[in-house]
Amino acid sequence: MQSKKMRWTASMFWSSIGKKLLMALTGFCLCGFLITHLFGNLLLYSGKETFNAYSERLNSLGLISRFIELGLLFFAVIHVIIGAILFFQNLKARPVQYIVNKRAGGRTIGSATMPYTGFLLLTFVIFHLINFHFTDKTYATIYQIVSSTFTKPGYVTIYIAAIFITAIHIRHGFWSAFQTIGANHPKYMPVIRVISILFSIILGIGFGSIPIYMSLTG
Amino acid sequence: MTTTINLTLKVWRQKSHAVKGGLETYPSRHIPTDMSFLEMLDVVNEQLTLNGKDPIAFDHDCREGICGMCGAVVNGRPHGPEKGTTLCQLHMRHFSDGDTIVIEPWRSRAFPVIKDLATDRSALDQIIQAGGYVSVNTGSVPEANTIMISQETAELAMDAAACIGCGACAAACPNGSSMLFTGAKVSQLALLPQGKPEAATRAAEMVRTMDACGFGNCTNEAECEAECPKEISITHIARLNREFIKTGFLS
Repeated sequence: MQSKKMRWTASMFWSSIGKKLLMALTGFCLCGFLITHLFGNLLLYSGKETFNAYSERLNSLGLISRFIELGLLFFAVIHVIIGAILFFQNLKARPVQYIVNKRAGGRTIGSATMPYTGFLLLTFVIFHLINFHFTDKTYATIYQIVSSTFTKPGYVTIYIAAIFITAIHIRHGFWSAFQTIGANHPKYMPVIRVISILFSIILGIGFGSIPIYMSLTG
Repeated sequence: MTTTINLTLKVWRQKSHAVKGGLETYPSRHIPTDMSFLEMLDVVNEQLTLNGKDPIAFDHDCREGICGMCGAVVNGRPHGPEKGTTLCQLHMRHFSDGDTIVIEPWRSRAFPVIKDLATDRSALDQIIQAGGYVSVNTGSVPEANTIMISQETAELAMDAAACIGCGACAAACPNGSSMLFTGAKVSQLALLPQGKPEAATRAAEMVRTMDACGFGNCTNEAECEAECPKEISITHIARLNREFIKTGFLS
């Protein structure tokens, strides 16, 4: 009985709504991470000492921060794998394409580009981790690494482009996650949709201003 | 006085599911603008028959927007460019003289083409068979108003029940998903007390069948809501999601 119940639950996760739920729940967690990441990064504006102290404090957490990192990695891996499965399954669902394609007004730039912005974000996250996480920090503080990175115009451009893509991805992803968990009510949905746009704008400006600021003050 | 227009049609012709199809061009002349789209196709078919050619096959029945049989993708829009209408309710006055109209069948792995514009939509019937029903005792009709339902709930259930099962949602969905159909069918029964006995497994079984039929996965594009001839809202998909969470994980 127990194993039958388990199999039932597992098959539910593999159904179309189950996969959608996994995307929504992991997406919410990643959004939560982005908020804390933004707050941390904004400390760059209060100068070298504060930012380095913040970084020290994070590292001094030891096991806790390793645990959170592993959790994030786990959520990201699920989000990417399920996203890729959905992309290929959905391609297969229409073997013969329409000759004339027209939108009726439901699709947004965010919703139409989710798999592509998602893929670009994955490559960016790897690039970003190589830049700042898996870098040799014995001879330089994290602040020095950040400011020297953003003296290069190429890096500034890549980061701003990536943040723009993140904002587009979240513009659809955030409200969509609410719809997926069933939280769509005529009273609240318009507000959630506005919050979704505001959230992506705040993330865009918050993260996007940092490379510019660092390159100017660097 | 009736105005008439001349059109060029590019229609998808395909003899059967097994053979390859393609667009064929036909002139459609002196079409009164008061005609419906299907009547215009009838006129073209008469001409094709007179010329000894095979008429264009398309599904239709009531021709008043309630049966759910008709439907084709007109210039990239399921049921044509007008909001909240089926193809039979689309009038030629919405087109201009000299227009070229491309007509394609519903495109979905779950809707194989039978011939030309007619597709096999029995996948939608399979979804209904999996759980879109209520159990009713045989015998005399029960006393009206024995189960009280608030006006608001009844209206909401009726909004979902407006679904005519035409399949335009899956045809419009960039992912070929029929979530709006399944959402409407689950919603209509989930809202009413009569639907409660089967609620424990309904959403899960219907979604499982929908997936098995070869429909895609919903990613909340909301194109279905914009194209639905009955203007069914994606809030019904959200209700399906809630019902699914209840039946799939909490039962």
